[in-house]
Amino acid sequence: MADNAHDGNDPTRRQTDEAALSARLRRLGDQLDRHGPSDPSETDRGRPTADASGYARGFRLSSELVAGVLVGAGIGWALDRVLGISPWGLIIFLMLGFAAGVLNVMRTAGVAPERDAGIPPRNN
Amino acid sequence: MADPIHQFQVINYFTLGKVGSTNIAFTNSALYMGIAVGLTAALMLGATAGRQLVPGRMQSIAELAYEFVADTIRNTIGEGGMQFFPLVFSLFMFILVSNMVGLIPYNFTVASHIIVTAALALLVFVTVLVCGFWKNGLHFFNLFVPKGIPWFVLPLIVFIEVLSFLSRPISHSVRLFANMLAGHITLKVFAGFVTMLGGLGFAGWLGATLPLALTVALTALELLVAFLQAYVFTILTCIYLNDALHPGH
Repeated sequence: MADNAHDGNDPTRRQTDEAALSARLRRLGDQLDRHGPSDPSETDRGRPTADASGYARGFRLSSELVAGVLVGAGIGWALDRVLGISPWGLIIFLMLGFAAGVLNVMRTAGVAPERDAGIPPRNN
Repeated sequence: MADPIHQFQVINYFTLGKVGSTNIAFTNSALYMGIAVGLTAALMLGATAGRQLVPGRMQSIAELAYEFVADTIRNTIGEGGMQFFPLVFSLFMFILVSNMVGLIPYNFTVASHIIVTAALALLVFVTVLVCGFWKNGLHFFNLFVPKGIPWFVLPLIVFIEVLSFLSRPISHSVRLFANMLAGHITLKVFAGFVTMLGGLGFAGWLGATLPLALTVALTALELLVAFLQAYVFTILTCIYLNDALHPGH
């Protein structure tokens, strides 16, 4: 409290203190910004803590991509068999499946918006 | 050397009957599924038998499990999601208990066979489809039509969204299955090193302490993975069920 009284009596000193404080705050903010975007737990608020460890997270992402490609390949192959349009079904659906896999990965990573972006965000 | 994948062998105990030309057998997998269900039922029934205001140990476990799943559902779907509580809670407890039972040496891990996890994932998938069409009618198809997309790429996007939707049960089931399979194989391989080195005499015993320590550490990790994968399966179930209730964008 004694400090407060002292600062109050000396306006110039208080100003320099505040300038120094705001400079430090800005530096801290910059450092946090540099860390912030790379920290996944900050960015994917829509999908709560499905990935508690890096291992689980990596596994999730890879399985999402593989699942998309597999489904695309499966549908393309089935269409080829049924309609006799080989190899066009496989070619087209493999590419579509790859796109779906990438979409899955981006959704899981929180880069792309969720399907239910319209409803208000839930709090975790 | 001990065969690291011998532990996943399905053994027929006795045959129950025939459907077409397929034998319906009671296997060790079925036995351990029964054990998981029995343990869960015993825990829940035992905990709620003598209900008290200040809970005892059993009641605390049951209440913790209930609160955990209920909070997950409320956070992911909202209050309206509690109608799915029986399904989600059963899935969570079944996977958690069967994973924990499977960690005990000589026991069989049910979730290490993809047919089991695929059946669970398809159950969720079909529930999402049925509930989605029942609650929203044809508006359920809005799930595949994102807003704010130019009309000329819309057909392509719809195709990709449909494929993305169809790929859900695959990634849903493969994740649980592969985690359990890989974890148990790793454990077996490192435990096998212990016996192999132990056969080499004194120097081997010294060397064997290293994989032994690793086996202990891996067991702890597997305990975490067993819980985490049950949780991940549950939360993904909630996220998918949320689409059934709110397919709009």
